[in-house]
Amino acid sequence: MSIPFTTQTINLLASILLLIAFAMLSQRRILSLINLFAWQGLVLSVSTFVVAYSTAQRHLYYSAALTLLLKVLVLPWLLHRLIRKLNVKWDVETLINIPATMLVGIALVIFAFNLAAPISQLSESITRGLIGIALASVLLSLLMMITRRKAISQVVAFLSLENGLFFAATSATQGMPLVVELGIALDVLVATFIFGIFFFQIRETFDSLDITHMEKLKDD
Amino acid sequence: MIDLQLLVLLLTPLFGGGLLAVFGSRRWAAELNSLMSFCTFLAAVALTVRVIDFGPQVVFNEQFFIDQFNVFLVALTAFVAFTTSLFSRPYMRIEQHHGKLSTQMLHLYYSMYQLFTFTMLLALTANNMGIIWVAMEAATLTTVLLVSLYRTPASLEAAWKYFILCGVGIALALFGTILLYFAAERVLGEGGTALLWTHLNQVKGDLEPTVLKLAFVFLLVGYGTKIGLVPLHSWLPDAHAEGPTPVSAVLSGLLLNVALCAVMRSKVLVDGSLGTHFAGNLMMGFGLLSVVVAALFLSRQKDIKRMFAYSSIEHMGLITFAFGMGGPVATFAGMLHMTVHSLTKSAIFFAVGHAVQKSGTQVMENIRGMLQISPTVGWGLMLGTLAILGMPPFGVFASEFLIITTAMHDHPWATPILLIALGIAFAAIFGKVQPIVFGETTARPLPHPPALIPVFAHLLLVLILGLYMPPYLANWYRQAAALLG
Repeated sequence: MSIPFTTQTINLLASILLLIAFAMLSQRRILSLINLFAWQGLVLSVSTFVVAYSTAQRHLYYSAALTLLLKVLVLPWLLHRLIRKLNVKWDVETLINIPATMLVGIALVIFAFNLAAPISQLSESITRGLIGIALASVLLSLLMMITRRKAISQVVAFLSLENGLFFAATSATQGMPLVVELGIALDVLVATFIFGIFFFQIRETFDSLDITHMEKLKDD
Repeated sequence: MIDLQLLVLLLTPLFGGGLLAVFGSRRWAAELNSLMSFCTFLAAVALTVRVIDFGPQVVFNEQFFIDQFNVFLVALTAFVAFTTSLFSRPYMRIEQHHGKLSTQMLHLYYSMYQLFTFTMLLALTANNMGIIWVAMEAATLTTVLLVSLYRTPASLEAAWKYFILCGVGIALALFGTILLYFAAERVLGEGGTALLWTHLNQVKGDLEPTVLKLAFVFLLVGYGTKIGLVPLHSWLPDAHAEGPTPVSAVLSGLLLNVALCAVMRSKVLVDGSLGTHFAGNLMMGFGLLSVVVAALFLSRQKDIKRMFAYSSIEHMGLITFAFGMGGPVATFAGMLHMTVHSLTKSAIFFAVGHAVQKSGTQVMENIRGMLQISPTVGWGLMLGTLAILGMPPFGVFASEFLIITTAMHDHPWATPILLIALGIAFAAIFGKVQPIVFGETTARPLPHPPALIPVFAHLLLVLILGLYMPPYLANWYRQAAALLG
């Protein structure tokens, strides 16, 4: 049985998505991190578009367009603007032990595939194998949030976590109802604005965007 | 008729948020805030009466669903939001007088307060599980800037933690929602109806159990972060301690309940699909762990608001445990405990807020002799503490008694753990509050008279609920408990 072309395309895009998640995990320069995030959004948008084309779902076209607008154009633009204003465009983050982080990442991917296996078998849609990949990229973003020490990289990780979830929604199901997707998009946009406000407040107070300064509140 | 009431209920705080975004720095902004909250409360009362008389209803193209369970939370939310707005009027003025807040920050506070009320009411009344998620996330977004309102390093740290942890938590809940949709789509078909709770509830027996099991784990962990269940609680004490006191009161008294409501909605579906006690067991485990860990942390606290934040974790754990046990009595007790905890805890935060303003510190060792400087604040704090610790004749005693007797009957192994934890909590809190109320004072008088009517109104209600449960209310809770199973 030959696999249809659209399915092959989606599988290819899904693996690119996972690769980008790994690339983000090991990327030290903030500017490149934001660019990787934009690429991830683009892959997501194209894959949504392909699913929309192959299943002839009209609302998926809208959500592909929404992804393109929000995650490839608006959010990266906002982030670029922020790092320019905050003057951290060329900042390089010191990451401890990238190989170990990557190994943990691989373990997470295997775990995600195992967790998703029973669900993928139930799915009849063309994208059945992809729930594992979606869950894996969600977990990789979580790992990235834990390992990062700069506020901006944490936020990029948070946004890419949302990308993984969005990919899960289009691959496991045929995309969430449009009203929900719009609501989620609005929340993400507002969250990014608030993060932006926070960056300035944090820098004003601590003279740095390093969140290691913010580990004072503890129960002793 | 009911759609009109719902419309007023949701649009009043939304409109109020817009209005206060424009007029928030006027002198009468606090009064406008209270007025809008009062209108919301009236709409909630009208809606409640309607639902209790006519039963569950769906409105607006099935996008909203109101039954006895969520209307009870709607009424509670609107009431506490109203009394908190009354409390925040003098409280925020005193903070401004002490130079802690500028007019600009008050402006932000008032408009966000109304929007926060709106998101909570939306999360409670929405029928679409996706919209519930959107509203819960929006509730985080509206409060996160309020937690950092004072712009101190500690408050910024607390707000950042709150934002990141709840953001991650709620993202996991979104994954749970996606899985739920995946299971529902196979039964209900594609399109908008597959996320509507009322539709899901009708076909819950046909939903794929393996998927729903996984979905519930994600939903519980996700919304559980918001409820403050251990080990996902670490944002809660920081946010409560560093934010302004009215925000602590509404976070503790209301937001935690709303998140628990979302979990309960999911539990009903999972129970129907699995036919086992899987969801209940999970909730009992998390609940019990929260009660025990919070009780142990209580005695180590130095900051008064932090201590009462841990007490909230303890009580939310107890409620989660009660709902996890299930059955008419435990669910009834859980709802009663939700009511009395919200009322008591917000009353305590009101009294604590003024006590902190009088002594100029949140460190308990330096707050002394409240009875000398202000008998009303002192007695409010003392009575509130006795009430939250479950002393008879307050309502908390009644609900804790019901929960523990049910636990003795259904799960005897859990009873000693609960009793010991409650005992530790009693010793820790009472031992710390007693010298605050009695003893020699160091405090100073306030530039504005404090608002103590809300404190005593709440405590009076809790007292009444402990002594006499009106049949109307008992019947209402019983109907709601029957819906949750």
